[in-house]
Amino acid sequence: MYTLSNRLRLFSIILMVVGLVGLVIGFADRPGSVEEVKEMMAAHDAHGSGHAETNDHGEDAHGGDAHYEHVLHQLQNKPWASLYIAAFFFFMIALGVLAFYAIQFASQAGWSPVLFRVMEAITAYLVPGGIILFVILALSGFHVNHLFVWADPEVVAHDKLIQGKVSWLNGTGFIIRAAIFLGGWLLYRHFAVKYSRKQDEEPQGNKWYKKSFKISAGFLVFFIYTESMMSWDWIMSFDPHWFSTLFGWYVFASLFVSGITTIALITIYLKSKGYLEFVNDSHIHDLAKFMFGISIFWTYLWFSQFMLIWYSNIPEEVTYFITRIEDYKLPFFGMLVMNFIFPLLVLMNSDFKRVNWFVVMAGIVILCGHYIDVFNMVMPATVGGSWFIGISEISAVLLFLGLFLFVVFRALTKAPLLAKGNPYLEESKHFHY
Amino acid sequence: MASKVIHALYTDDDVLMDAVKKVRAEHYHIEEVFCPFPVHGLDKAMGIPHTRLAITSFMYGCVGLIVAIVMMNYIMIEDWPQNIGGKPSFSYIENMPAFVPIMFELTVFFAAHLMVITFYMRSRLWPFKQAENPDVRTTDDHFLMEVDAGNHDVNKLTSLLGDTGAVEIKVIDKEEDNH
Repeated sequence: MYTLSNRLRLFSIILMVVGLVGLVIGFADRPGSVEEVKEMMAAHDAHGSGHAETNDHGEDAHGGDAHYEHVLHQLQNKPWASLYIAAFFFFMIALGVLAFYAIQFASQAGWSPVLFRVMEAITAYLVPGGIILFVILALSGFHVNHLFVWADPEVVAHDKLIQGKVSWLNGTGFIIRAAIFLGGWLLYRHFAVKYSRKQDEEPQGNKWYKKSFKISAGFLVFFIYTESMMSWDWIMSFDPHWFSTLFGWYVFASLFVSGITTIALITIYLKSKGYLEFVNDSHIHDLAKFMFGISIFWTYLWFSQFMLIWYSNIPEEVTYFITRIEDYKLPFFGMLVMNFIFPLLVLMNSDFKRVNWFVVMAGIVILCGHYIDVFNMVMPATVGGSWFIGISEISAVLLFLGLFLFVVFRALTKAPLLAKGNPYLEESKHFHY
Repeated sequence: MASKVIHALYTDDDVLMDAVKKVRAEHYHIEEVFCPFPVHGLDKAMGIPHTRLAITSFMYGCVGLIVAIVMMNYIMIEDWPQNIGGKPSFSYIENMPAFVPIMFELTVFFAAHLMVITFYMRSRLWPFKQAENPDVRTTDDHFLMEVDAGNHDVNKLTSLLGDTGAVEIKVIDKEEDNH
């Protein structure tokens, strides 16, 4: 049995408190009026005297206060957007692990049962993470904040394209769908974990294992539809004029690789603390192979989406990438380096996939890269050119990181670390490459 | 110079694996094992060093990538620039996304084909090559272990091989230049 050390508990609580305080400051720091924005921008311009001239010129072109009001809305959105990104990012890690876990059962994989308890513990975050995300989504869907422009009746009244999509993009439907998605995923999570524990108690006849197999196969069908719709609702609708038909797959690749990376990181951490003695090099090797492979899969989807839009150059499509390349050059291309080139070169060698610190280093870069991926998906439509990594972004990540660590490691203490009733356990223990 | 080798035949891959381990534990030198199909883990049991084929594959992939870049730069930018889809930038880097599929394909093409050719050469396989396996049954259902008798006591070695489950043991005087 794993016991949560006091240091880890304290560490995660400190992260949460610091994050919460930072977020409160971030929300309180938002400019309340156009005048405050003017002051802020004047102070900013004073720093870089070289910029002053070009900025004076720019002000005339924008025609006075309209520009400042635009910036005001963007800055008021910023803490909400950073809260949303962090909430979604950690939720998607747990969701990716849930999908991976279901695939292990549906494919009757023999190598992975020794890692099942780690996966189950990570998916425990779905419950608090899902509830928080649901609250944020409800607030956004009913226009308490201004994250989704389609939630603003005034915008919709002047926008023919959004009017055509109102039957899908409306607050009520949005919340009902979110409830169905989250409800289905949590339901599967509840029963899958329950059956896995029952299988330990009475392994004879594999009654509970067969049940796990059946619900996992059913869940995967449900998941791939709902995950796709979730990505339209929760991410793609930030840009309601824009659409991409492979967006669901793209988000899936992102959450899948983040989830697998997190399994590897937590497994290596537990092993370094002397737990999971039955996990050997080959299990880490396999996880690293998945990290490598799914990183390339993510790049394939990213590029498929990018190249077609770039080549056809249709204004309503290409604007999505033009905003990102113009205003988000560093995160946009930096993410490609972190999510593709880095894992490609670091994890290509077979031997490196068995060296723990290599896997940890690659894993941290991949997770940061996929945080920036979500950042690039959410920020341009909500904050636009006024983005920067400030106190609210960092605090939001700290808050959810603390919550994630707290929930996951507490869930690890709830059951023995070895799923001893699993029929493939012996094969998994002797797994070697 | 003639050298003496012993051919031991087996009919089961598991028995063969155990035999290889036992013979190596007694510090005899196994020259070669001929199998009708690949036996998982046999290379490790025989103590053959890890293949360097993957490294050559990586280098061939890099060559393919460079060939693709140079080729597309010559064809599409320098030699005959065209305005395709309103993108007449005449700059390699600005048109790069259009060339990525070619870069990818040629990387894979070079890596795969040259690696296979390297593998054939390294395994001493080329057209009109005479088969090296000493017993035709190794292409059907028998496994053959070739052990170097050298200066060892042949009787002791044959009895050891018999204990490991060999179904047939032959002592062969091998001419050094017969292949």
